[in-house]
Amino acid sequence: MHISVFDPASPQAANLLWLWKACMWVCVFIFAVVTASIAYMLVRYRQRDSNEPAQTGGNKKLEVAWTAIPIVLVTLLFVLSVVVARAVDRPVRREPDIVVTGHQWWWQVDYPAAGATTANEIHIPTGQDVLIAVESADVIHDFWVPRLGRKIDAIPGQRNFVWISAKQPGEYLGACAEFCGAQHAWMRFRVEAQNSAAYESWLAAQAGPAAEPSAVDATNGKQRFRQLTCANCHNINGVNPQKQYAPDLTHIAGRKMLAGELIQNTPENLRRWLREPNLIKPGSYMPNFHLDDKDLTDLTAYLAALK
Amino acid sequence: MSGIPTTPPVLESGAPVERSARLDWVSTVDHKRIGILYLLATLVFFCIGGIEALLIRVQLAWPGNTLLSPDMYDQVFTMHGTTMVFLVVVPLLLGLANYMTPLMIGASDMALPRLNAFSFWTFLFGGILLHFSFIAGHAPDAGWFSYTPLSGKGFSTRNGLDYWALALLGIGVGTIGTAINLIATIFNLRTEGLTIRRLPLFVWMVLVNSFLIIFALPALNASLVMLLVDRLLNAHFFTQIGGGSPVLWQHYFWAFGHPEVYIMVLPAFGIISEVIPVFSRKPIFGYPFVAASTVAIGLLSLGVWAHHMFVVGLGHAWEYAFGASSLLIAVPTGVKIFNWIATMWGGAIRLTTSMLFAIAFLFTFTIGGLTGVTFATVPIDWQVTDTYYVVAHMHYVLFGGTLFAVMAGLYYWFPKMSGRMLSESMGKLHFWLMFIGFHMTFFIQHILGLDGMPRRVYTYPALPGWTAMNMISTMGAFVIGISILVLLANIAASLRAGPHAGPNPWNAWTLEWATSSPPAEHNFETVPPVHGRRPLWDLAHGSDSARSEPVSRVDTMKLTIAVFVLSEAVFFAFLIAAYMYYYGATVTGPTARNSLDPGRTLIFTICLLASSGTMWLAERRLARARHKSFRLWLGATILLGAVFIFGQSLEYAELIAKSVTPARNLFAATFFTLTGFHGLHVLCGLIALASLLFLAFGRSFGQKQISGLGAISIYWHFVDAVWIVIFSLVYLKVWL
Repeated sequence: MHISVFDPASPQAANLLWLWKACMWVCVFIFAVVTASIAYMLVRYRQRDSNEPAQTGGNKKLEVAWTAIPIVLVTLLFVLSVVVARAVDRPVRREPDIVVTGHQWWWQVDYPAAGATTANEIHIPTGQDVLIAVESADVIHDFWVPRLGRKIDAIPGQRNFVWISAKQPGEYLGACAEFCGAQHAWMRFRVEAQNSAAYESWLAAQAGPAAEPSAVDATNGKQRFRQLTCANCHNINGVNPQKQYAPDLTHIAGRKMLAGELIQNTPENLRRWLREPNLIKPGSYMPNFHLDDKDLTDLTAYLAALK
Repeated sequence: MSGIPTTPPVLESGAPVERSARLDWVSTVDHKRIGILYLLATLVFFCIGGIEALLIRVQLAWPGNTLLSPDMYDQVFTMHGTTMVFLVVVPLLLGLANYMTPLMIGASDMALPRLNAFSFWTFLFGGILLHFSFIAGHAPDAGWFSYTPLSGKGFSTRNGLDYWALALLGIGVGTIGTAINLIATIFNLRTEGLTIRRLPLFVWMVLVNSFLIIFALPALNASLVMLLVDRLLNAHFFTQIGGGSPVLWQHYFWAFGHPEVYIMVLPAFGIISEVIPVFSRKPIFGYPFVAASTVAIGLLSLGVWAHHMFVVGLGHAWEYAFGASSLLIAVPTGVKIFNWIATMWGGAIRLTTSMLFAIAFLFTFTIGGLTGVTFATVPIDWQVTDTYYVVAHMHYVLFGGTLFAVMAGLYYWFPKMSGRMLSESMGKLHFWLMFIGFHMTFFIQHILGLDGMPRRVYTYPALPGWTAMNMISTMGAFVIGISILVLLANIAASLRAGPHAGPNPWNAWTLEWATSSPPAEHNFETVPPVHGRRPLWDLAHGSDSARSEPVSRVDTMKLTIAVFVLSEAVFFAFLIAAYMYYYGATVTGPTARNSLDPGRTLIFTICLLASSGTMWLAERRLARARHKSFRLWLGATILLGAVFIFGQSLEYAELIAKSVTPARNLFAATFFTLTGFHGLHVLCGLIALASLLFLAFGRSFGQKQISGLGAISIYWHFVDAVWIVIFSLVYLKVWL
């Protein structure tokens, strides 16, 4: 799955690509003139004998020309940049659909209207402009989904906005673009665009409480989750209400990836993650609890059941 | 090889160095030796930074590599950037300027040789301090621009960032010292006839560059002291906790950081402006336009800093304004490129290694400049900033631009510095390896960035194309590494047994070629007459005008101190701006209104202002040679200054007793930083005045001391003037 800006999947990203191409034509034109001139001088004016060449020292008309032409070109680029900027960054006149908060090194995703929260996986409906508010809980991060729109910083104490959209259902990868510490590389996420019916049902389920475990080990896991102080950082709706210090686990089993897109969300990986988080993601704030096999089995069973 | 018959007699300077003479290198104040010390130190730092670059590239050669831990990777890329910017590119250019400027203007040394030595050793000390952080446990790891709050104490608890800030302060002071020195040298030590309109363009650009340093580096110093107050005294200038602003750091850092980009490139433009004419056998095309465009770039560069911040969310108005100013800077840059190309037009081009590098510079820097235009086109920046596209861009500018130009300059001037020629065949091998290696490493990074790879990641998922492109980039980096080995071998072979260069191996025409290679200690036996921009050409071909034009000069001491005061004014402007920015942001705790006593401070203020009067009287008395009265007024000045310091100490003691410290809130942090640094300046002035008073009681109060007194007096009036501003803004405002 590529994330190239050359394959835009939204009007915003398409606008940005259009501007990039327009700018490239200008740049390629200048570059061609410069390179061709250099090549011409090198071929035509090599030293051939000991005669000194004519000592010309300047030409006012040429100076005017190569000052004026670039001024025209950069003026053109400036006008284009204003036009595209206004198209991509439409004014914000309503509450955001989604609030995304950067944490070292994961993304908290809130849907304020529905009261749903998730992490590192943002669901949006296709075919409509989604307004995202971007914030930070600690240092500066940067929210970027190359195929869907521009990047925007997540700055503590400041709320920024970005419009994204997706024409087609599908998955679009994103990443933190501003260096934010040891695990900046694995502060990745994905946007899942769904048609509106699928999106609405996902959102309703997401806003609901966590599934009640039925199997024995999962029920044990639910207890151990509380006893082992996992609940001090992780929220599970209806079980352990907690501030979002760490990714929300209410519906963790529904997510595709773990640890900021580092590993796939399978029971085996979940177990590995619980056993040695710092081997998988060095520097992560998830502590190693030195869990024994039974705890690992129970907790994995519990979390894997939180659809 | 020299085609100039009238070259002045060559001095013998190749006497073998005595073993005991090695200490001379430590105590030297000769600009040539200091220049070489600069070049040697930067070569060592360049090798360190280069090894760091290779480590980065090996780590990224394939996804999931574990050569470096994330923590180690962050230290390595931070040190690579910091080293290359502050310990390689800038001092490399300063070193060349140090060596060449006096020679090119027919002077025997820099205007202030001891300041020159001080500047070099301060820089070297800063570089060592920075690297000592490795030994002390942890190198800085927040990137070369150390964005807050990541670089604050809350998220970088180890002391690497403290080393970073302190080292950069040292380097900053050294850089300002050299800039002041270069300005004084270029203004005052030009030989007869070398008017400002005849200056070699390298010297022109060094001059503009030095002024740019005077305006830009103090902004860095102000940012660094605020960061240090945050880190060491638990203040909150740059953390949102306590009301500080993380974005303010970005404004302050880039107010320095973007001019810094031009500081790293203007002298390189100067080198190109020397090399291309000489190897085209023609004068530079459009001299006044090349010189004026340099000034235009320098001025514009002070107003483009926020283009580093287009994804911060400043708002469109800011973004359009800074986008427009950044686009404009492309115009004078283009003027330069076209004039360089036109210089070759109709010439007789000699493709020496130096010229090859100059042409590679034209080609590569044009690409870097054009990708720069894409960043100034604001919405494009929203997509490509913080990716490998920007990594590619800045390496095209700083490596493909500046470093290629430095290589052109090295091959051009090495014979002058060493007396020996570098091998052209090894030089060409070096050139092609470096040229190919460079484009292999960095061109592909443009595409990598457009394909979505963020910068500063220690590893990456194996997305389509990423692995192959990273591998190609890494292989290119090793080609560059090999090219550096060829360069080192070339230098070593040349120093051992290279052919002798003679005074003017390239048949060039600026003054540095009118003396032996290497030049004798005092540079010139006789400086040839200057009637135009190309004195040695004129000597050989007959000059157009025999009219000698007078060179205007100013008092070196006064000029030096005026430029120094200018840099200090910029420093205080940033601290004052921070005070004003946070004025009113304090809601709870101490404020100017509830903590300060303006009435009492007014009394001490009057003392300080009176000391300016007594200083003026002291100077007047000295001018009339009334020494006793002079000593009296000088003593009174010191006394009044001391009373002021006493008043400030009293105020501090009371505030601290009420537990008003920088950690309390933003008022306290800004207040102590601003008044504290002012107090420090008063203290330094007092020490200088006391030294003069001591000398005044001795016998040796001659012209030198009188001129020194004049300089310190300017400084003292300046410090008082700053206090008037501080007193008005901090204390008087309480009464309003």
